[in-house]
Amino acid sequence: EEQRYFSASGAPLWLRRRQHSASCRELAVRGPRLQLRSLSAATSAVWLAAYGLFVLCQNSMVLSAAIFITLIGLIIYLHFVKIDQESLLVISSLGIQVTSSYASGKESTTFTEMGQVKDVVISEAIHMQKVIYYLCILLRDPADPQGVSEVVPLFQSSKPRLDCLIEVYRSCQEILEQSKATPQSS
Amino acid sequence: MVLKVFFPSCCSSAESGILIGRWISEQSSAVILAVVHFPFIPVQVKQYLGEVQRVSNVSVSVLGSWSNSKQEKEESLSEFLEDLGTIFSHEPWIQISKEGDSKFWSCSVLQKHSDTPKEEEIILVYYDQRKVLLSHLHPALDTVTSAEHKADSASKLSAIFDTVAKSKVLFMVDRYDEGPIKLTHWQSDGVEASIIVELLKQVSVPACVLLTFLLSLISGICRSRVLKSWPLSFLWSKLSTCEQLGHRLQHLQVISSNKKAQNHTQLMRKANIFVSLMIDVALGMLLVSWLYRKNRIGHLADTLIPAADHVAEELQNLLQWLMGAPAGLKMNRALDQVLGRFFLYHIHLWISYIHLMSPFIEMILWYVGLSACLGLTVALCILSDIIALLTFHIYCFYVYGARLYCLKIYGLSSLWRLFRGKKWNVLRQRVDSCSYDLDQLFIGTLLFTILLFLLPTTALYYLVFTLLRLLVVVVQGLIHLLVDLIDSLPLYSVILRLCRSYRLAAGVKFRVLEQQDGKPLRLLMQINPLSYGNVVQTYRLPTYSCYPKDSWASLCKKLFLGELIYPWKHKGEKQD
Repeated sequence: EEQRYFSASGAPLWLRRRQHSASCRELAVRGPRLQLRSLSAATSAVWLAAYGLFVLCQNSMVLSAAIFITLIGLIIYLHFVKIDQESLLVISSLGIQVTSSYASGKESTTFTEMGQVKDVVISEAIHMQKVIYYLCILLRDPADPQGVSEVVPLFQSSKPRLDCLIEVYRSCQEILEQSKATPQSS
Repeated sequence: MVLKVFFPSCCSSAESGILIGRWISEQSSAVILAVVHFPFIPVQVKQYLGEVQRVSNVSVSVLGSWSNSKQEKEESLSEFLEDLGTIFSHEPWIQISKEGDSKFWSCSVLQKHSDTPKEEEIILVYYDQRKVLLSHLHPALDTVTSAEHKADSASKLSAIFDTVAKSKVLFMVDRYDEGPIKLTHWQSDGVEASIIVELLKQVSVPACVLLTFLLSLISGICRSRVLKSWPLSFLWSKLSTCEQLGHRLQHLQVISSNKKAQNHTQLMRKANIFVSLMIDVALGMLLVSWLYRKNRIGHLADTLIPAADHVAEELQNLLQWLMGAPAGLKMNRALDQVLGRFFLYHIHLWISYIHLMSPFIEMILWYVGLSACLGLTVALCILSDIIALLTFHIYCFYVYGARLYCLKIYGLSSLWRLFRGKKWNVLRQRVDSCSYDLDQLFIGTLLFTILLFLLPTTALYYLVFTLLRLLVVVVQGLIHLLVDLIDSLPLYSVILRLCRSYRLAAGVKFRVLEQQDGKPLRLLMQINPLSYGNVVQTYRLPTYSCYPKDSWASLCKKLFLGELIYPWKHKGEKQD
């Protein structure tokens, strides 16, 4: 089931929650897909500039270079920049897995074991000219039981607003409580 | 308490039998390694497992039963399997059963000795046994933990990887072998081996012996007294070609050693060195074939002397310019003429020597070019050495100019202290006040004035020659950086990451498979490969790398004071 929310910059987002079993939940935040209008606007701008240069210097290499640049730029954008969906898979006895899927289909995954996870919290940050809320995983410091060794921010490219974050936070905490209630060393 | 069962995906279609593997009680997880089929004698199974445990140090035991029934569930079989639980007493006893071709298996756990029967949730995690066996789990690069903490926070996943990797001896026996025990594991679909790899292994032993013998001969010659005598050893230390050759010799010694690689890091290092040497030699041969075709090397030799002449002519023009009124500045005529004539004479000598050698240049270059066969890095080092030799006079001029300027600056600073009535106390390493005699003050002031007014001339010569020297140093530095890059790039690791990415694992990732209510949670565990940046960083080959030894601030200070700069420092060089 999908619910619609908004990101920090006003773009629409969709949150999908799936419960696979009593101890396993998946939360996916999907951003808007690549729009045809922005793609054609960017392409036309580049080609108009190239045509203008061609008229000035009468060198046809400019036109082929513009086509080349557009293609390479599009491939790089789809494969390395545009993130379609960010998902969080919480399995109470194994760990937390964070996946980002790019528009070209590439998926980059990180899995953190439950033993290293201290907690999942909502925190504030100054981003550009705004103060935004973000969800993050606190990792345990092996040297200091009360300390935090690293803060891993989640949903960095979609940046959902507080209402969406609260839903995700509640789902995560229910699973994390299960894993804390049954300690592993029994 | 959630029970995790790691099941190898190759055993999904195995016949009914019992499950053997390792039970990790701290994590409440069972790693299943193989399935033993009926008929078997329990005593023999226990004996076999005891042997496996002794050889591999992994506590393998019978964990449960596996029933794969093609038709409907057979009642008698299930009772028989439960009875097995009493023969192989293991706590808890896992029972997995698969009906027909259904994807959803039913899993149950029998706890005989627990007081409160808890309803445990079971998670079934499928893993690819062959990939987990062959892969090497890398710890996170940015964790800086001390040794004791490392042991505590040893990752749970590494326990699973270790279990599978160390149980190699279990995978030698198969269900098609004649013997009391019939097992199914990843080798059951056919024992995998490659003929080429086996042939190479057989060939490599005598090849290594031959290579070791040759290398011992070469290193014996290199260590002989003749080559270590003073003028020659000084020459060898200055030429970067000799250093590169020595480095490559060391690499060859590493490869040709008889000892097998103990662990993963050593194996990767050996493989990286081998591939790097091969690529180097191949590129060198390519370069040689290109150079010697159409007699390009003859053309190169022909243009070498005119190039040296051209450089000398440009330097002469520069000196004439400095001896006049350079950039509108007014120089001290007498000092100017002296310095200018001295340097011009030096250039004249240098050109005469070059012309003396010109008939032999082509032959020398022809034979030296052949040594590029030893590798592209050697060719680049030779190029760097040729540049150093051809611009030797620039180096000399820089040294003269720097020494003169340095002397002047020290003189000026000491006499400035005299002006103010102070003196440098060598014993206390500080500036103390001192009362001078009148004649000391008089001479001191005179000398100070002379030095001060001669400063612009010397400073200008120093500036010009330092800039030229820096230019040559930058060119040489770029060549050495390229050589370093070729030396230290771990090509084998990069190609392995490209082709067999499961061998270098940064971690794992889980994928949730189709679920059905009432059945255990099904996950697929896949290997998350290391990123290319991490691969290069982890497996970089160590080199005698040259890196700038001074920070920018100290470099500027040295330039200002006139101290001689040697900006690229080689590891292992003595500090001057």
